[in-house]
Amino acid sequence: MIPRFVLHAQHRSGWQKAAIRVGAVLLGFLISAVLIMATGKDPVVVFGTMFSGAFGSKWGFSETLVRTTPLLLCSLGIALASRMQLWNIGAEGQFYMGGLGAAFVALKFSTMPAPVLLPTMAIAGFVLGGLWCLLPGIARAYLGTSETITTLLLNYVALNWVAYLVYGPWKDPKGHNFPLSPTFSESATLPVLTGRVHIGLILALIMAGVFWWVLQNSRWGYEIRVIGESPAAAGYAGMNITRNILLVMFVSGAMAGLGGMMEVSGVLHRLQKDISPGYGYTAIIITYLAQRNPLAMILVAFLFGGLQAGAYSIQTKGVPLATAYMIQGMILFCVLGAELFTQSRLRFVWRKEVA
Amino acid sequence: MTGDIAFSTIAITTLTAAVIAGTTILFAALGEVLSERAGVLNLGVEGMMLVGAVVGYIATLTTGSPWAGIVAAAFAGGALASIHAALTVSLRANQVVSGLALTLFGTGFSSFIGKPYVGVPLPNAFHKVAIPGLAKLPFVGPILFDQNPLVYLSFVLVPALWYWLYRTRPGLNLRAVGENPAAADAMGLNVFLTRYLYVIAGGALAGIAGAHLSLAVAPSWVEGMTAGRGWVAVALVIFATWNPAKAILGAYLFGGVEALTFRLQAMGSTFSVFFLNMTPYLFTIAVLLIATSRARKGRGDLPAALGTAYDREMR
Amino acid sequence: MLVEMQGITKGFPGVLANDHVDFGLAAGEVHALLGENGAGKSTLMSILTGLYRPDSGRVAILGRTADFRAPRDAIRAGIGMVHQHFKLVAPFTVAENVILGLDEPRFVLNLKQVEERIRRVSQEYGLKVDPSAPVWQLSVGEQQRVEIVKLLYRGAKVLILDEPTAVLTPQEAEELFKTLRLMAARGHGIIIITHKLHEVMAVSDRCTVLRGGKLVGTVKTSESKPEDLTWMMVGRTVIQEREKAPTTPGDVRLDIADAAVQGDRGVLAVRGATLQVRGGEILGIAGVAGNGQRELCEAVAGLRPMTSGSAKVSGNCSFIPEDRLGMGLVPNLGVTDNAILRVYSGRQVTKAGFLNWKAVREFTGTLLKDFDVKTATVDTPVKLLSGGNQQKLLVGRELATDPQVIIASQPTRGLDVAATEAVHNVLLDARRRGKAILMVSEDLDELLTICDRIAVMFEGRIMGVVKAESARVAQIGLMMAGKAEAEVTPA
Repeated sequence: MIPRFVLHAQHRSGWQKAAIRVGAVLLGFLISAVLIMATGKDPVVVFGTMFSGAFGSKWGFSETLVRTTPLLLCSLGIALASRMQLWNIGAEGQFYMGGLGAAFVALKFSTMPAPVLLPTMAIAGFVLGGLWCLLPGIARAYLGTSETITTLLLNYVALNWVAYLVYGPWKDPKGHNFPLSPTFSESATLPVLTGRVHIGLILALIMAGVFWWVLQNSRWGYEIRVIGESPAAAGYAGMNITRNILLVMFVSGAMAGLGGMMEVSGVLHRLQKDISPGYGYTAIIITYLAQRNPLAMILVAFLFGGLQAGAYSIQTKGVPLATAYMIQGMILFCVLGAELFTQSRLRFVWRKEVA
Repeated sequence: MTGDIAFSTIAITTLTAAVIAGTTILFAALGEVLSERAGVLNLGVEGMMLVGAVVGYIATLTTGSPWAGIVAAAFAGGALASIHAALTVSLRANQVVSGLALTLFGTGFSSFIGKPYVGVPLPNAFHKVAIPGLAKLPFVGPILFDQNPLVYLSFVLVPALWYWLYRTRPGLNLRAVGENPAAADAMGLNVFLTRYLYVIAGGALAGIAGAHLSLAVAPSWVEGMTAGRGWVAVALVIFATWNPAKAILGAYLFGGVEALTFRLQAMGSTFSVFFLNMTPYLFTIAVLLIATSRARKGRGDLPAALGTAYDREMR
Repeated sequence: MLVEMQGITKGFPGVLANDHVDFGLAAGEVHALLGENGAGKSTLMSILTGLYRPDSGRVAILGRTADFRAPRDAIRAGIGMVHQHFKLVAPFTVAENVILGLDEPRFVLNLKQVEERIRRVSQEYGLKVDPSAPVWQLSVGEQQRVEIVKLLYRGAKVLILDEPTAVLTPQEAEELFKTLRLMAARGHGIIIITHKLHEVMAVSDRCTVLRGGKLVGTVKTSESKPEDLTWMMVGRTVIQEREKAPTTPGDVRLDIADAAVQGDRGVLAVRGATLQVRGGEILGIAGVAGNGQRELCEAVAGLRPMTSGSAKVSGNCSFIPEDRLGMGLVPNLGVTDNAILRVYSGRQVTKAGFLNWKAVREFTGTLLKDFDVKTATVDTPVKLLSGGNQQKLLVGRELATDPQVIIASQPTRGLDVAATEAVHNVLLDARRRGKAILMVSEDLDELLTICDRIAVMFEGRIMGVVKAESARVAQIGLMMAGKAEAEVTPA
């Protein structure tokens, strides 16, 4: 007789699952608070500053929204792929490629009127980001190469490519040798809503709605659901799995690419070496926390936008910017650990059966 | 004549730098080899390296001994890895997401605890120790045998790990667990314990890799000082086909690219630098494509159970 | 006696897997353990190998009572098992696989000595293996030899082989039998778990038959006939007469001509099958599982390529696969999502690429009502439904498209009496409406009850087709054991 813990499968309702996840997020904050306390800082002050930095002022709120847009777009793409059990962790690189494509159009055709130029930039960003993810998709579909690692590796290729361009051929001659492209023309700039918040936010929100609706209601969304859950049943029902892998990977990268286009066109107005503080990576967490639900993703992306924006304000309290990453990581640990308990429960038993 | 001498001097300094840069990646890659051989993908290398770097730095500053720093860094890396092990082995969490969480957490945590140490000088860093006799060898002497002690440690570690992996029973057990946990379990091996041990050992090596950076390569603490080397290490593991012996060659190749980039930058060239930077990644992708297309079934070096949790009831 | 098991009883929630079973194995004998799926064979062997502990009963090894707490204990007592799915590490060499989990060599792997010992063992028993070859390079037959060598290397006295010929070619099987005889001659006790009668006849000294968790009997093989064993295995229960309205068979709807199909392991599973099914007729396929029935069905349904031959289907064709939750249904998706799996792209529920939820709900509602599927909500994941309701949903969905040809593979396996009857009624109703139905079952009674004609399949071939009303169980049993129809039908 050996005492041990045994996991029992347990069906839980949507609310129970949500409650378990919210509890896990709170636990993540709690552990982070303990860590902050351990260094002699007051967690209440740190979190308070963070919160007011993100949501407390008009400027802070708008900074949160500025970050919500790329996070949401990248998450939508990642979520789409993960519905088919495909791991796209290359959203960061696809974001850069999208920015690169948009910048190419913006710099090359700067005299075109905005109604032509902006859609062309969007298409360029969409397609380039999509292709950047389609390549690993092709390798996955035809060779069985893990897309996890190839999408990740391509991030570095994209980042270096952008760096090459802004240090080299696309460098602004009047830019005092900084790695920046020339500023885009007026017509290559997305209209601004308020502060630095541009129209892309509205588009991203619409996109989330469209994604939700299409995945829920379309024949294609249904196919993705079935393929993701059971490839055998999908084959039995006559679905084309290879074609769907290619399509999903393309659209997945294209969403991140669109995010990159919006960032350079709406926020930065130029191409530069660092156009993203890791949006593509944070988006993976958002996808996971929102359980691939596009509508939940809006909320989570907004909160993570706030976490990143708030991180800038805690620097004034002598806490480094990267603390936000620590908190994000800790939250993710807790949610990951809790996930098993959304499907099962732990029970203490006296072990009889040796199995 | 003078041109030749100048060239060989440049070659020697560049290659020396390549070995130093490569050693950092090597430690991390060896750690990842152990973890992945056990079937656990750990994408948290970058995070574990950063925490190792800062903890090693603080420990060295406090105790005055860089060796104490190395031990502390190994513990810190192992501690972080144990979170990953608990989540992925016991709680069967997704290895990709958990590894990413580890990198995020490590990045943030290292900045957080390292804040007071930014810019603080380190009096007790690792210094070069020339090996008597060998260091005097022409060309290879200064490159390989006039280095810091951690480089020599890696010289020992690579064959030791290779031997462990391919010539000993614990190594056989490790490979069995990564290849076919159900068979390993049926033959009486402890799959869970094995995975925990090697994931933690892998984390310890990643911690040492970070400390090599903050105690030997550039004795200082700078936020995010690993600058993506952890990800290079993950790629290198694939490049090396999970073999420690090949990892050392790959590490020096990657290190060479880093050193060459630095030199070219110093010489004012811009064009080739970024393309040079890309090559290791493109090269790794090419290796991956060839490996998977050649080895779709049963063979090849990729641990077959990599990335999947082992659930005994599913056997 | 090498092994004695007395009064073994083992229950799992809802089933009594072993009910006072006695089993004995002598040194030097090959003992076949025969029974259908779910007869309790694997449970009994799991108890002998230490995986389960019996609720009651006694296990003795060489006369001494044994209480195995874990597989390790059974291995120490000299009992080893070759599982159906080999426990081999593919990139390892044979020698590395053999020593996995052993105490010797302790640290440094000196494989020279190990390889030498493996060579000795393999020579002694005629098991040809190259100790230094990596396992992934070996054929399935060679891998099986490695598994046997693994046990002999550990000094096993009792060797249990689970369906050992399932993955072998006839020639490989022949060679395996030789080895088994040799091992028995050297004093080992061999148990083979099987449901293939001809193997029992070919290799065993004695045969123990289980049915429904109970012991039917142990007989000397040399004193039994295959048809006796068939009866013991499937049971001589009185056939229930079911109201089966006579229909006049219509045109040929399904025409399978000389079909050959490869199995999962690359071996030919169907070797030239010719069958015709007419409208208004149920053609049953009898046979012991694993004789090519599944592959034939999948090939006719278009899910598996035919290497030669053809299957002509007039009109549309529905397929009820035997792997209900693996292929037929998506366990984690809701009832509605599963209900439309076959029609999701059709006009009935889709308009311009989007699902028409009103039509979907109507379709699902009708399906649930017509086929009496009970579910808490229409969004409940189907894995939470009972087996009977899952199957009714699957069968209903496959019939909802009004197919002209229906292929039903083991449609009642694992169902209770009521659900079985419901499925039977659905199939008989389809027959009345003039559909052509091809049905596979391992349950001979079931086939005799609802089929018009019964084809018997053996090792990928059709041994003959008989009329259900005039068929004799003995005759079918012989055909299931590999005799052609002409041999068993009196002229």
